[in-house]
Amino acid sequence: MTIDSVVAGTPDETETTIALPSTAPRQQSGWRSFLKALRKNVVAQIALGILVLVVLVGIFAPLISPFDPAAQDLIHRLKPPIWVPGALPGHILGTDDLGRDVLSRIIYGTRVSLLVGVAATVLSGVIGTVIGVVCGFYRGKIDALFMRLADIQLAFPTILLALVVVVVLAPSLWVVIVVLGLNGWMSYARVIRSEVLSLRSRDFVTAARAIGDNDVQIMFRHIRPNILAPLATIGTLQVAAMIVAEASLSYLGLGVPPTIPTWGGMLAEGQLYIATAWWIAVFSGLAIVLTTLSINVTGDMLRDFADPKAYR
Amino acid sequence: MATTVTTQAPAAGVRRRLGARLAGGELQQFILRRIGQTILVLFCVATITFFLVRLTGDPVQAMLPPTATLDQENALRAQLGLNQPLIIQYLSYLGGILHGDFGQSLFFHQPAFDLILDRLPATIELASGAMVFALIVAIPAGIIAAVKRGSAADSSVVATVLVGQSTPAFFVGIILILVFAVNLHWLPAGGMGGFNHLILPAITLGLYSMAMIARLLRSSLIDQLGEDYIRTARSKGLSRWQVIRDHGLQNAALPVITIIGLEIGSLLGGAILTEQVFSWPGVGRLTVEAITNRDFPLMQAIVLFLSVIFVVANLVVDIAYAFLDPRVRLS
Repeated sequence: MTIDSVVAGTPDETETTIALPSTAPRQQSGWRSFLKALRKNVVAQIALGILVLVVLVGIFAPLISPFDPAAQDLIHRLKPPIWVPGALPGHILGTDDLGRDVLSRIIYGTRVSLLVGVAATVLSGVIGTVIGVVCGFYRGKIDALFMRLADIQLAFPTILLALVVVVVLAPSLWVVIVVLGLNGWMSYARVIRSEVLSLRSRDFVTAARAIGDNDVQIMFRHIRPNILAPLATIGTLQVAAMIVAEASLSYLGLGVPPTIPTWGGMLAEGQLYIATAWWIAVFSGLAIVLTTLSINVTGDMLRDFADPKAYR
Repeated sequence: MATTVTTQAPAAGVRRRLGARLAGGELQQFILRRIGQTILVLFCVATITFFLVRLTGDPVQAMLPPTATLDQENALRAQLGLNQPLIIQYLSYLGGILHGDFGQSLFFHQPAFDLILDRLPATIELASGAMVFALIVAIPAGIIAAVKRGSAADSSVVATVLVGQSTPAFFVGIILILVFAVNLHWLPAGGMGGFNHLILPAITLGLYSMAMIARLLRSSLIDQLGEDYIRTARSKGLSRWQVIRDHGLQNAALPVITIIGLEIGSLLGGAILTEQVFSWPGVGRLTVEAITNRDFPLMQAIVLFLSVIFVVANLVVDIAYAFLDPRVRLS
């Protein structure tokens, strides 16, 4: 987000449209050239593989989870992972302070992270795209209003606002999603707006207007396909940011209710036992890092692919 | 980056002249407009937090024991001014802010502003430590990666940056505690004290900024090194290092300065988590205490206070940017 805000935030923003070198030929074979780029990028392949795995784990959590993530076993508290002496058979990553299976809790935690990450990203993406398209297309007062609003929101430490709102409204999964979603629209709005600003003066838009297309038709038929690439890039990177944000809230005990296993919540519990039972914090933290890292690698690859010139 | 204008690096004289011209009218206007915007932002923040906090209902219920009588409740309500219409409360709240009165903490029974000022030095120490760490690592790393682009050094910088950006601060902190405090016993696991206590929290908090700055410096320097004026400087006989130092870095520094300013905000936000991990007695921990105690006046004051710091940092960055880069269109 910060990078986006720097790029899009330079005062000569109206002129900053990243020059899309004639998009037409690329679009025809977009999918195929994407696969071709992917084949050359081993790191991105691994990242994508991990990502697919994480998503599958989240979807099939009840099937693959070896134990009930909430089942307590106070006799077998704080048992180490299976390869450490003193381990309890079956509990591959050990047990936590209430004797719950760490692996099962991580598996179930995947669901919250992915749900919040994707849902908050979609929400902010929809809001940001609509605002960005409208602002870029119509300009004028509405544009000035929303861009000022974006400035204000970007100028504000959002985690603080999220904390206050979550506490005020009482923590729940949906409150977390909505709060994070409402905090993330700005980077979409800015990038999409500048894309649309350049698109609206392109020949194919003029041509569409000449044959009688109205604004809505132009937006959907001619603008939409051309903003999908930047949208996919920001969206991917933002899922990672949202997952970290959710984990941060849960770590502080202010995210989803503590009865639901989350990676951030496990980290907070694990920190209390870090001297004796390192596995609780380490494995839940690794789950976060592995997921966000593979999302970021994939996002970087998408960005390089969509616009090789923009970043290096 | 955004400005693809390929100008020669303006000589010092030209730059000074441009600066002087801008300082005359345009720059002044720009600064005034930005200050106006800043005040507007702070007003919005104050208003939003006020009404947000009021949404939670009656703090009096939370403050008194359940056995309190209705009379006692009303007395306290009157004492806190909560029996007045909302609009009057709002105006007196705004009036108080203008007089430096940010309300009274319900939990600590002290003026909220004093509490924040008490905790501020700790946070400033932590944030400065983090920024120093970030710069010490990021600047050489960014330069090496850009100059030796494609080398093993570059790849490892890029990989470190990616990991740094993907790892939440609190996990970094916990791992550092596990390695350096629990296992090696080299450094304390938390609390505030001498320099020893600062090392782990500063690294934890600075890691993300480090990654951002290194990444941006690298890409910005790569951009600059491809420019014509670099070739000119080389062909006039300057050494590779001289060119990088006197020409490349000078121009590559602009976006980096912007991000350093913006990172001040993320350091403050991140301080909430880092201070929590290391039991660092700063504003971040005060924030968490205020939130868990439902101490709404204190929350309100902290939000406003941090916004002021953050927004003013942004303002300073913008103005510095306009001074440093005459190409920035001031409209």
